[in-house]
Amino acid sequence: MIVIIDYRVGNVRSVRNAFRHIGCDVELSNKSATIDKASGLVLPGVAAFGYAVNALGPAAELVQKAVSAGKPLLGICVGYQMLFDSSSEHGLHKGLGLVSGDVVPIPPGRTIPHMGWNLVKLPDDMDLFKGLPGEKRFYFAHSFYSDVTDSEAKVAYTDYGFDLPASVQKANIYGVQFHPEKSGKSGLKVLQNFAEICEKGKGRC
Amino acid sequence: MLTKRIIPCLDVKDNRVVKGVQFLNLRDAGDPVELGARYSAEGADELVFLDITATIRSRQTIVELVEKVADNVFIPFTVGGGIQTSEQIDTILRSGADKVSVNTAAVETPNIITEAAERFGSQCVVLAIDARRSKDNKGRWQVCVKAGSEPTENDVVEWAIKGEKLGAGEILLTSMDADGTKAGYDNELNNAVTQAVNIPVIASGGAGKLEHLYDAIADGGADAVLMASISHFGNYTIKQMKQYLAGRGIPVNL
Repeated sequence: MIVIIDYRVGNVRSVRNAFRHIGCDVELSNKSATIDKASGLVLPGVAAFGYAVNALGPAAELVQKAVSAGKPLLGICVGYQMLFDSSSEHGLHKGLGLVSGDVVPIPPGRTIPHMGWNLVKLPDDMDLFKGLPGEKRFYFAHSFYSDVTDSEAKVAYTDYGFDLPASVQKANIYGVQFHPEKSGKSGLKVLQNFAEICEKGKGRC
Repeated sequence: MLTKRIIPCLDVKDNRVVKGVQFLNLRDAGDPVELGARYSAEGADELVFLDITATIRSRQTIVELVEKVADNVFIPFTVGGGIQTSEQIDTILRSGADKVSVNTAAVETPNIITEAAERFGSQCVVLAIDARRSKDNKGRWQVCVKAGSEPTENDVVEWAIKGEKLGAGEILLTSMDADGTKAGYDNELNNAVTQAVNIPVIASGGAGKLEHLYDAIADGGADAVLMASISHFGNYTIKQMKQYLAGRGIPVNL
């Protein structure tokens, strides 16, 4: 079972619907007992960073504990941004610090938010993109981006006038700046791949 | 780089999709859940649902509708109509919508844009503007509220600039003059607004032919085009629209 961390922020339902659509057993929860039983965790997010971090509250520690115990974690959008050290969206906020880097504003000189379908170059060695061709379009909607400084992280980029990190993978930590649950067939494939990663670790999704 | 977006718009009244001309003479266009699923499967880039009844009772109905739509739609969708508070925005987003559009409430209480942007992020706050050509000032447009029924003193371009400053992540710009006429978008309006702001602008109102879509993007500077009549009534499929635009050099997600 995959547990989507429900911290009463934004659109968790769409993520659940997408996992259900591909035949996964999913539950929304922020409870320790449920998180313990999960084969993998998803940290979704449609919210401003500071609000999301505050709303996550004590569940942050549960996520950190589960990740250090080896549970696969998938961060989506703001949930992806929370994997990093900090964000400067509406004031400076601390992230989960699971991947080194900071979340900073997309530099001016282009349309912001970065909103719409952009082409992501998919490295062969990133497990989330198994079975997808060299590049695919995914749906993005964000004004801040992750400046990834972690030498242990694999990074997939999209071009938005500069190389914008679209996805990271570091050991059992996965993240996507785009919304796989809103990216049609390619997005569902990314979620399917994550479900398979979880399945390998512990039981069925 | 981003592709230009094709966005069918579903005006919902009493649980049915309807479409009028210049906001009047509504005609039935089908079931919102079915139509939403069809557009998602057909390759639309996004969907917009506008509750054009927007009474307190219809707001509860729209939440139930959003939940049903979200079960079958795996592309982003925006919900608008009668939304007045952050709590309502929270409810709609939790029901499965990705963005919420505000119109009348933003004019009456501009701070709702900032409050929503700080809480949910700018990317899910869409400022919807219903624009009507001003009779007194040539080349200017008036902001209208309450489903277009009430003109205000606000100038559209100035309001768009202010909306961006307040934290809106996108502008849904509807020309009331062009709406439902199928005579083409008001690209003078689109151009005036897209030149004035840095956030994406969705052009709305007037699409009747494929070349209108191209014109809104090429001449109007729109980041996305919204349409209802030409897609609901089966004139063109989403794929036909995208193939046409791609053929004329517009980047689309085919």
